[in-house]
Amino acid sequence: MSNWLDTWILTLVTFVPLAGGLLLMIFPRRDRDIKVFAMVISLLTFVLSIHLPGHFHRAQAGFRYETDFSWISNPNIHYHMGIDGISMWLIVLTTFLTPLCVLISWNSIHQRVKEFFILLLVLETALIGVFTSLDLFLFYFFWEATLIPMALLIGMYGHGRKVYAAVKFFLYTMVASTFMLAAILWLYAKTGSFDFVQIQNAIHGGAIPNFPAAAQWLFLGFFLAFAVKVPLFPFHTWLPDAHVEAPTAGSVMLAGVMLKMGTYGMLRFNLGLFPEQSRSNASWIIVLALLGIVYGALVAMVQPNMKKLIAYSSISHLGFVVLGIFSFNPAGLDGAAYVMLAHGISTGGLFMLAGILYERRHTYEIEDFGGLATPMPAYATFFLFVMLASVGLPLLNGFIGEFLVLSGAFQARPVYGIIGATGVIWSAGYLLWLYQRVFFGKVKHPENESLPDLSVRERIALWPITVIALAMGVAPLLWLNAIEPAVQATLGPITQLASKVVGQ
Amino acid sequence: MIQNIPQGVDYIRILPEIILSIFGMIIMVVDPLVDERHSQKIIGIIALVGSLAAIAATLYQAQYPGLAFWSMVRVDSFSIFFHFLITAITAIVILASYEYMEVQQIRVGEYYGLVLFGAVGMCLMSSALELVLIFIALEISSISTYVLAGFRRRAAISSESSVKYFLLGSFATAFFLYGVALMFGATGSTSIPAIAQALQTGHAPVLAYAAVALMFVGLGFKVAAAPFHVWTPDVYEGAPSPVVGFMSTAPKAAVFAVLLRIIFEAHAPASLWFIWVAAALSMTIGNVAALVQSNVKRLLAYSSIAHAGYLLIAFAALANNGIPAVMFYTAAYAAMNVGAFAIISHFGGAGEKYVTLEDYAGLGRRSPLLAAVLTIFLLSLIGIPMTGGFFAKFYVFSAALQANLVWLTIIGVLNSAIGAYYYLRLVVLMYMREPKEEAAIRPIPVALGVALAISLIATLYLGLLPGRVLDYASRSVAELTR
Repeated sequence: MSNWLDTWILTLVTFVPLAGGLLLMIFPRRDRDIKVFAMVISLLTFVLSIHLPGHFHRAQAGFRYETDFSWISNPNIHYHMGIDGISMWLIVLTTFLTPLCVLISWNSIHQRVKEFFILLLVLETALIGVFTSLDLFLFYFFWEATLIPMALLIGMYGHGRKVYAAVKFFLYTMVASTFMLAAILWLYAKTGSFDFVQIQNAIHGGAIPNFPAAAQWLFLGFFLAFAVKVPLFPFHTWLPDAHVEAPTAGSVMLAGVMLKMGTYGMLRFNLGLFPEQSRSNASWIIVLALLGIVYGALVAMVQPNMKKLIAYSSISHLGFVVLGIFSFNPAGLDGAAYVMLAHGISTGGLFMLAGILYERRHTYEIEDFGGLATPMPAYATFFLFVMLASVGLPLLNGFIGEFLVLSGAFQARPVYGIIGATGVIWSAGYLLWLYQRVFFGKVKHPENESLPDLSVRERIALWPITVIALAMGVAPLLWLNAIEPAVQATLGPITQLASKVVGQ
Repeated sequence: MIQNIPQGVDYIRILPEIILSIFGMIIMVVDPLVDERHSQKIIGIIALVGSLAAIAATLYQAQYPGLAFWSMVRVDSFSIFFHFLITAITAIVILASYEYMEVQQIRVGEYYGLVLFGAVGMCLMSSALELVLIFIALEISSISTYVLAGFRRRAAISSESSVKYFLLGSFATAFFLYGVALMFGATGSTSIPAIAQALQTGHAPVLAYAAVALMFVGLGFKVAAAPFHVWTPDVYEGAPSPVVGFMSTAPKAAVFAVLLRIIFEAHAPASLWFIWVAAALSMTIGNVAALVQSNVKRLLAYSSIAHAGYLLIAFAALANNGIPAVMFYTAAYAAMNVGAFAIISHFGGAGEKYVTLEDYAGLGRRSPLLAAVLTIFLLSLIGIPMTGGFFAKFYVFSAALQANLVWLTIIGVLNSAIGAYYYLRLVVLMYMREPKEEAAIRPIPVALGVALAISLIATLYLGLLPGRVLDYASRSVAELTR
């Protein structure tokens, strides 16, 4: 039984949401039943995904829970799934956030409710698929498949210039991924395989003709697709638009999980397949990451729109992840993986909180609020907690990751660490200032005086976020234990390379 | 000599053509006899039965591969592939026309007959080994489509479409014929195997180059490849929508089959560069012009030019990857395009009123099913994974890469990115805009539903399990290049 489950658990976790979405299609349009069903499916997926860390053996090398069989013979595509510590926690992050998204969308979606939850569940499948695939083709498929439901979520349920935002989002990321596709096809043409492990072995064994000449271009092909997704400065312009117009659940999934697809891709594919090129390109990538950290923070500072502010703060935080990845030491990579998770939780939480406010007042403008702590004390408390987690207060989740990233960056080159560290200060600045303008002082607008505080449903959605944020801050080893071996495996070829260079 | 008399098996090797012709003639005879009110139903069913019988005949014929009629026709898996494809398209188009003709209040009369006769020509093109026979088959297929394009008799635009298509089309076939004549002059034969032998043994004369170039002009016109594409948008705009679905897929498939035979089987001395240029031009012109269209039929016309360009890439590649890639692409393109035009013809309403992009606004709300199915076809046209369109592009591009056509591949990939924009614009309109007017959409009739289901299943099948079709197509490599 256990063996059977170990083989098929990833398939189950990936496709249960899709199956739920397909079942929803034949549901009658009774909104309440649809919501309950979506909730049940997303919770079921979460429970299934808990099996992954539950049976994760730290000592075992390579990928776990592998499934591999031939799917299409020409081209040679395999249905190859498997995870390591990093992708495992990203999967759990996805399954953790989805039920919360269902909960938070309970009353905010009024039209075409059925389609909304179908799209949300399909999106969940696509996101999990990105993290489970070990076949480059399968990966590319899931990667592109995330675009359609997300673009539709933004375009159909967003507000304001939603169509513009949806199309911009789609085209930006789609055009960038065609470069990745070209690189994947090149690799396939030379190796006859889409399998990640096989291609990795072929590259490290030097078995691919013409590889050194093409490697830089291949590296860039992958990197561009990921950089747009992260988004790394200067490819970030789609993000604020998409976030501002997206419905709350869309923002949570976008910031919480989708941006991590980019950094996960860098970690897995750029570092995994092209260690040499990763090293030689690291300096300018780090410069872009640092620019992103500082630029994102500065722009966030002056945003009049709450959601845009959080969006720019994401650019800044994701800059930390890239910085950590390209500093090539265990601390940096551990930190990068940790920031990914922590940012998913805390920024997801912030977007949920912003959405709760939007439901009541239909605006995200900071100007329209002020003194909210008086009518909504519980809301203010949750907001404070999640905000401090995002700032990186010690004992909360943001701190651990950023600390690790910065210590890694210091090891790589002190100046990286110094500039990166200013990002922490900036983030405290804009978030605390936001908090002050929204919650403190007298109630400026009379219509805010009678705003209802959090409902039971909203509390249920927010409690898990705060509990996990605290747990991740106090007991990071629970997570890092599984991340650590994966980081070592990724770093292996790079450090070998470095010692070779030093030895000469 | 005894082998000079056609035997029973010779007739089996053209059985689908015979059946289609017989049914076409039955329709011509029956049409004046039945009451006009019932003619739609009766003649439609006769035509459907005819096309299904032709599919059955194709499957039957597959057990009798070989030459027939003094080596003018050859049945092999290559010809079976195209026979099956063309007859299947015919059946789907007949199903999709069923309701259309009633709504447009067009007297069906010879409509279905012409569709079947056209199919005869196209089928014959894919199995003919003789350039003169190919020319005759090409004319049979072309003349039927010229008439079909003008079938919305009351609409001036349809007549314009028909006349334009006829004039330019006959001009183009003249080029083809001229090419055949020059080829005869260069090699002393019009039989493809004989030409292959003549060209392989000696040094290819200049005349042969000119012959191939002229034939390419004629055939390039038929598949709407740039720079011979100018007729396409006008003709597609005016012709009845199901007919556009038909003539953008079936004759194209047949002409590509001929082109495959001429370039790969006859070892024609095709200089790569003009295929290269035609492919790059078709993709670029098609995609860029499609960006600014406001009429759905014109948009898909330019898209079909672009797809002809992607297909031509495979011709510039090597035989053993290029041939299966072309065959797979024609099949995948047929599935998605016939389906898309079936929806357009249903949605167009009486007199094809609703054909602008704006009319599709809010279709996602007004008819969720129709919009969802059209979205899948459009995604396939873009080339999103899990649809037939993806693997079609995939095989073409990987064939080109294996032939080291890196630049052509890059142009192709960039073009597919441009293409995504205008297909998505339609999806965006359907789902993210409010409808302009709440004109009621008729429920989907059974015949159309079946047509859509078949094209949808084919599109997804080719996207999820492309292996079998590709393996079958790969068998033709040996047949064509022996």
